[in-house]
Amino acid sequence: MRSKKSWIMALALTSVLALSACGNNGGNNTAANEGNTGASSAPTETSGAEVSGSILASGSTALQPLVEQVAEKFMEKNAGVDIQVQGGGSGTGLTQVAEKQVDIGNSDVFAEEKLKDADAEKAKALVDHQVAVVAIAAVSHPAAGVDTLTKQQLVDIFTGKITNWKEVGGADQKIQIINRPASSGTRATFEKFALGTKTEDLPGSIQEDSSGTVKKMIGETPGAIGYLALSYLDDSVKTLNYDGVEPSVDNVVSGKYPVWAYEHMYTNGEPNATVKAFLDYFLTDEVQNGDVTELGYIPANKMQVSRDVAGTVTNK
Amino acid sequence: MRVQNNETMRVQSSKSRIEKHHIEDLVGRSYMSFCVLLLIVSIVSMVYFVTSRGISTFAIDKVSISDFFFGTTWSPEGDHPSFGALPFIAGSFITTLLAALIASPLSICAALFMTEIVPGWGKKLLQPVIELLSGIPSVVYGFVGLSVIVPFLRNVFPGQGIGVAAGALVLSVMILPTITSVAVDALSTLPRNLKESSFALGATRWQTIARVIIPTTLPAIMTGVVLGMARAFGEALAVQMVIGNAPFIPTSLFESASTLTSVITLGMGNTTMGSPHNNALWSMALVLMLMTFLFVFVVRMLEKRRSI
Repeated sequence: MRSKKSWIMALALTSVLALSACGNNGGNNTAANEGNTGASSAPTETSGAEVSGSILASGSTALQPLVEQVAEKFMEKNAGVDIQVQGGGSGTGLTQVAEKQVDIGNSDVFAEEKLKDADAEKAKALVDHQVAVVAIAAVSHPAAGVDTLTKQQLVDIFTGKITNWKEVGGADQKIQIINRPASSGTRATFEKFALGTKTEDLPGSIQEDSSGTVKKMIGETPGAIGYLALSYLDDSVKTLNYDGVEPSVDNVVSGKYPVWAYEHMYTNGEPNATVKAFLDYFLTDEVQNGDVTELGYIPANKMQVSRDVAGTVTNK
Repeated sequence: MRVQNNETMRVQSSKSRIEKHHIEDLVGRSYMSFCVLLLIVSIVSMVYFVTSRGISTFAIDKVSISDFFFGTTWSPEGDHPSFGALPFIAGSFITTLLAALIASPLSICAALFMTEIVPGWGKKLLQPVIELLSGIPSVVYGFVGLSVIVPFLRNVFPGQGIGVAAGALVLSVMILPTITSVAVDALSTLPRNLKESSFALGATRWQTIARVIIPTTLPAIMTGVVLGMARAFGEALAVQMVIGNAPFIPTSLFESASTLTSVITLGMGNTTMGSPHNNALWSMALVLMLMTFLFVFVVRMLEKRRSI
């Protein structure tokens, strides 16, 4: 019995040791990776246009399909480049790029909005590359009977002051809020620019993890209201005008429709040659007018207005 | 294996005193030890990792333990952040218990059917069906729940169909195979003489099942129920799709609610490592893990009582 116990103790001890060793290994690996990318990109500076090396990107699942598609095309053009795109969410992307685990961190929000307080220092090291714009529209179940909502009406609905569609001129139907989780980038954008205030989750409200499920729920649930990126809109849901402005690409570009946000690709410090070539390719007209538009985003370089972290909009 | 054999041969030729079976013994033993070590290392490191992150909510972010376990306001990103996890803990327990209540009678009846009523074709037919049920991915359960159960509940009951009832229904189907297969095992290991003496005394089949078979196998059947509850408690995706995820203790079965797993999957990807929100999610993961330990402990206790 005694020897058995000491055996187990020994195992536990070894495992703790192995654990700390793992931690060290992790650090070594990243260092080695950086060395690799540095080494592989160094010759390219001398040779000129051709770039090679590997790029690892992670983060926003909303941005992932676009980055993947552009990465495919970029790899076709540059045989020596290998790009891996992972999801995980904006928070994951920002954490990993801040800790140099990945080369690019994709995010739906400004890094300063996620990396706050103790992590604020980390956000300073990150360099922002705004590659596209995503606009978000309020949508309702088709039978709600409302075409347009004012900002105040939306605030009252999402804070629970208005609970029936007839109070805003629609059918006599209870309003069912279908939200995204509090940490979602889409929700942050909608709250910041459509409502102008953060909202608490209300009892009885529904939260869904993905925009696809939100669309399905809004289309099926009588009296439902929610919000979706423009690329998700179709006839199964009713798109609501905001203060009378239609959420169309033209209105977003001209700055008339305010509920939009940048899609960011963050690098830690200035990018190396390979990453820079990829990000530059992202901003070419070929990609911006091709893939970006095709997947329902709005080209960043088309925007006639720009916006900073604090939300101040300026004309370009 | 071949490499090992070659090595063995070489060693054998150089040192004739060491027999082949000694080497085999050594190789076998060191391989086993390595496997056990690997298992223990991974378990210990998981426990260590989850615990160290989980307690940082209380150690670093200074959230009081009673606020976390008994607070009902969950607003991690608000202007005045608040980390009350009671709605999620309550949601997990309510859905798990409901699922076990729905699934247990069904599973026990199915097991009795397969072992006592129609052991022949009943088992041949039901066994593959139940094994198939356990092989279906949880996202499929969730999607079926969202497309079939939720609209059904919406049409029949008040509310939007989404909520604890939908979550419990989906979970009950998911844990059916676990409870059934454990119950089948328990029933088929029951000594025949118990049953035969009952019949010899003139008891009917129903009396035998109700008075002899079920009481004797109850601890084993309960093991199955607890294992099923453990599965239900840890299931994330399917529940998250149908439960609605509002961070409140529901007042009705048809009102949107949350579980520990659903709030973790909703928030984990969108929060940054080390932020108070993220730490609070890790604390919930810790609660989940401790609950799993508790379930395992209960199963062990039940097994001790299992003496026929």
